[in-house]
Amino acid sequence: MEKVLNLTLKVWRQNGPKVKGAFETYKLDGISPDCSFLEMMDILNEKLISEHKEPVAFDHDCREGICGMCSMYINGHPHGPDGEITTCQLHMRNFKDGATITIEPWRSAAFPVIKDLMVDRGAFDKIIQAGGYVSVNTGGVPDGNAIPIPKPAADEAMDAASCIGCGACVAACKNGSAMLFLSAKVSQLALLPQGRVEAAHRAKAMLAKMDELGFGNCTNTGACEAECPKNVSISHIARLNREFISAKFKD
Amino acid sequence: MWLIHSSIGRKVIMSVTGIFLILFLTFHSIMNVTVLFSAQVYNDICEILGANWYAILGTGALALGFVLHILYALYLTLLNLKARGKDRYAVTQRQEGVAWASKNMFVLGLIIFGFLVLHLFNFWAKMQLVELTHGHGWVEAGLPNPQEGAFFINELFSNPVYSIIYIVWLAALWFHLTHGVWSSLQSIGVNNKTWLPRVKCVANVYSTIIIILFMAIPVYFLLGFRVL
Repeated sequence: MEKVLNLTLKVWRQNGPKVKGAFETYKLDGISPDCSFLEMMDILNEKLISEHKEPVAFDHDCREGICGMCSMYINGHPHGPDGEITTCQLHMRNFKDGATITIEPWRSAAFPVIKDLMVDRGAFDKIIQAGGYVSVNTGGVPDGNAIPIPKPAADEAMDAASCIGCGACVAACKNGSAMLFLSAKVSQLALLPQGRVEAAHRAKAMLAKMDELGFGNCTNTGACEAECPKNVSISHIARLNREFISAKFKD
Repeated sequence: MWLIHSSIGRKVIMSVTGIFLILFLTFHSIMNVTVLFSAQVYNDICEILGANWYAILGTGALALGFVLHILYALYLTLLNLKARGKDRYAVTQRQEGVAWASKNMFVLGLIIFGFLVLHLFNFWAKMQLVELTHGHGWVEAGLPNPQEGAFFINELFSNPVYSIIYIVWLAALWFHLTHGVWSSLQSIGVNNKTWLPRVKCVANVYSTIIIILFMAIPVYFLLGFRVL
């Protein structure tokens, strides 16, 4: 017979942002180790629906690790115990038979819970709106090779651009700081000539928005980098600090 | 004012005061260790510094550095607790590559501050303070010249309890420094992908050297040696 997992799930249930939440315990038997974590959650919800109970609300979209929607704090790790993946890429083979799995939402003052495991990450959109763009005048498309870009700069910008804005950095940070997200979004543009023009303004505007939205102050613990599903480096935070400080000194 | 109202500005203050305190510790540890080689040299250093105008100016700047570092630490810790939200995680786990010290800087700072008060009472109050108050009643009470630092060291560390207390204090300081040294550079943006592991390594070596210089004295006494 195929090996199956019998699990105990401790899931955070909360009806709304203002309501007090609590853990509910569910037994879930016969889960295949080949099952993905979100499929396991789907099976749990099917079971709850068949018992006429309210299914667990959780965010998910592409289920292939690029959209950044799935957000669960599993057994003390954002996106679960496996490294460099999102929750949707996590498989049940990472868990042992009879294990208790604690599933919590991202907990941060800037990410209020909408329901159960869903949090409002609109704060990230507001930070992007504050300056995470390049102002482009419309016109003819410039030739791709007209602006030479050094390979190391292009690589570093690309690494920063791999950030999917899932918010695991904020969830992992003991200070609830969004500096890894912010620094990735600042770096991916500041490293390239097109984005360089507005770099100083971008760093100031985005940081001001981040502080305003109630994220914490970075203390360089590096927890964000350790939990980032895309392995974004905290060296981008040093670049953001540099950009911001030199912009302030120029003022 | 961006040094108060922006998160990076606040970190710049922590970083700059931190670097200042690290430089102070460097000089302090080098001056201390001379006592193991010659009590006379150490006393000469105490005399050069004493309560002269430059030493008083230095002490004032140092006190300001400490006060700023501590006030900002309190402010940042409160802000960060607030940013974490009301609900705490039920399960938390250590991440790989995240140093314990980096998550406990405030607690380590509290320990260091507590012992610092004791340290000021042990030495500063008997030395510079006495000079500043012109030693009223001290010389009459038969107490030694406040510039004879080696005497005070000998007196205090001859008691093994104090030697052990100071070693514990220095251990806390070592943890604080292993994170503080590299973090101060990261906060002012002096870092990149290539230098990140190098800066961390240099920071560990640097803080270890400072702490070894400091610890040499209580360990020397615990081993039964005396400087006088």
